[in-house]
Amino acid sequence: MSVHAEITPRSPHLDIDALLDDRLIKVIVCCGSGGVGKTTAAAALGLRAADRGRDVVVLTIDPARRLAQSLGLTELDNDPRPVAGVTGAGSLAAMMLDMKRTFDEFVESNADPERAATILANPFYLSLSSSFSGTQEYMAMEKLGQLRARAEAEQSWDLIIVDTPPSRSALDFLDAPRRLGSFLDGRFIRLLAAPAKAGGRAYLRVISAGFGMFTSVLSKVIGGQVLVDVQTFVASVDTLFGGFRQRADDTFAMLQAADTAFLVVAAPERDALREASYFVDRLEADSMPLAGLILNRVQATAIPDLDAGTAAAAAARLEQASGTAVTAALLRIHADRVAILDRQRRLAERFTAAHRSVKVSAVPAFAADVVDLDGLRQVGTAMADGH
Amino acid sequence: MTPGAPVLVDLLLDPRSPTLRRTLDLVPTTPDDDSGTRRTDWPSVRLHVVSGKGGTGKTTVAAALALALATGGKKVLVVEVEARQGLAQIFDVPPLPYAERRVAVAPEGGEVFALAIDPEEALIEYLEMFYNLRRAGTALRKMGAIDFATTVAPGVRDVLLTGKAKEAVRRKVDGKNVYDAVVMDAPPTGRIARFLNVNTEVAGLARTGPIRSQADAVMEVIASRLTAVHLVTLLEEMPVQETSDGVRDLLAAGLPVGGVVVNQVRRPLLAPAAQAKALRGRLDLAAIERDLLSVGVITPSGALAGSHGMVLDTDVVAALAEEGAEHAERVALEQRERDNLQALERPTYEIPYLADGVDVGALYDIAEQLRSQGMA
Repeated sequence: MSVHAEITPRSPHLDIDALLDDRLIKVIVCCGSGGVGKTTAAAALGLRAADRGRDVVVLTIDPARRLAQSLGLTELDNDPRPVAGVTGAGSLAAMMLDMKRTFDEFVESNADPERAATILANPFYLSLSSSFSGTQEYMAMEKLGQLRARAEAEQSWDLIIVDTPPSRSALDFLDAPRRLGSFLDGRFIRLLAAPAKAGGRAYLRVISAGFGMFTSVLSKVIGGQVLVDVQTFVASVDTLFGGFRQRADDTFAMLQAADTAFLVVAAPERDALREASYFVDRLEADSMPLAGLILNRVQATAIPDLDAGTAAAAAARLEQASGTAVTAALLRIHADRVAILDRQRRLAERFTAAHRSVKVSAVPAFAADVVDLDGLRQVGTAMADGH
Repeated sequence: MTPGAPVLVDLLLDPRSPTLRRTLDLVPTTPDDDSGTRRTDWPSVRLHVVSGKGGTGKTTVAAALALALATGGKKVLVVEVEARQGLAQIFDVPPLPYAERRVAVAPEGGEVFALAIDPEEALIEYLEMFYNLRRAGTALRKMGAIDFATTVAPGVRDVLLTGKAKEAVRRKVDGKNVYDAVVMDAPPTGRIARFLNVNTEVAGLARTGPIRSQADAVMEVIASRLTAVHLVTLLEEMPVQETSDGVRDLLAAGLPVGGVVVNQVRRPLLAPAAQAKALRGRLDLAAIERDLLSVGVITPSGALAGSHGMVLDTDVVAALAEEGAEHAERVALEQRERDNLQALERPTYEIPYLADGVDVGALYDIAEQLRSQGMA
């Protein structure tokens, strides 16, 4: 009896071990909306792949405190650290993304020290690198690119597993970097930057009464100083990065390569499955390689044939007949479980009906939080058995 | 409540549950007093901000709280600020425009209106109000300048969003408040203090002008007893941790912390002694087998009755005991997290787990529960 048979009987099986053992796959991206167990899934996949002999690095974004501790991660890390406890020939390293530091390092490695110092002190850069919507996604992509380059140069890792930022929409991971790139390379910001770049002459050429009005209103709204900061920032980074947009496009293209596999993680809940559905459609539209869906936290039961109604009725009879209260309670616990499983199945069916060819691995809900490598191993085993 | 649900067990296992506190009269219940107004935990509050970690159900709680506050002939506005149309989905109405629409009727003749606040529209509205610039505003938007302004200065966007909610709180017709209360489906806990603390957010921006004066006006409402910031959580490690962090951040920013709403609370179904035994895997399997046989759930051979021997490989007794053990483990974990929440010393409201999910009907049930616990 498998969880898969209970929740998504008509979907093809996602063979997790075959995916992890496929040496042609170099990058696995775990995506999905927030709160579905994405980070745990990424860590569990990493450990299982390492146990099976691969040299793995896991890039996590925002792990739960105890999960981070179980991987030996501290909050200030922005570099992969080896994780002890792998059984087998492989190895596991893990890191937690520090987006500001990634951005800072990116600036420092692309600019001479003097210019880097100017950029790092710019107030607009400070808000851009620490609180901008889209920066976390951009930097996750950037870090993925860095890890990949390093893996190739050092022959250190042969599999990179990426967790994605906990955004409301799973699509943000794909869209935010390009959105940020477009914004920074955009026409409006260039118009604003023009005077700082060309000592005012270029500005004079593009200036019109309309544009002057725009900047005047903008100054009133956001303040002249902010505009000046933005202008200075754009002027100082302009020649350095080969364009933010270009860089985002390059990473995007990397994700379309055949050695990348996407795993969409979802809980059997309405919102999470709707997001998963959008994401699957989107991956297809952008020719990105989808490996399958991990349906996480399924309310499993070993006795699905004992339905909720029968169990509840038997519990009621026992309660009246002064049977053991424990047995009645166990039957009610089972009835609740089956009721939840029934609802989850109905929700999952909506997804599978619209995506018949998407492979699925169903993972049961665990009673306790995953806080150590043994827990991660159990999740990994469940993923591999989930078909 | 389900027949036979062990109310007493509920109480014994969870001495801090609002149910118990009210049953034992540890806290005042909220009956109508002589003047006909109910006592609630938030009598002075007119802006209820609802935050919570993603996936905890904060939109559901915001919607239910709006219904609860509207009960008895009140008029309540619920606003969303993240452009995701969560309110439209939960009230089962078409996507909301940037206009206040009635989305539900509350019990005893109340009304709930909903609004999806769009920062661009709000900015154009302000430009028009302060500079008579509506047409220019439209041109600015075409140019990408509005997007630019709200992007380079995220504080601007937050001022516009909170400003609109503040305006609804303050709006009066003939000297009377248009809305009795405003509920905001706010950004998640991790960003809430920053989002609401608009004065700090716009510190680096224009020192005069519409945004600055708006920020000051917003803070007058948000940092006062007119406002309460409620946090929604589940009894799980990360949401509880974020709730603690959120309370700390809000207090540090001088913002009024409201209650903690615990969502998806599961009933503990085992009595304390059985709970302890189940946790240690010591349930009496022989007794369970006897009971199951007596009510015809299993056959004398131990197979599931009615299965025609098809499921012979499943040990029904062991499977039920295992499910009981997992339930006990879950209950114990939830109790630990409840203790962590207790340490926050905030009024706490509980919403039970709904196996069938949340539809509009369930929203009314949740609203009633929030009312009976004194949140509204």
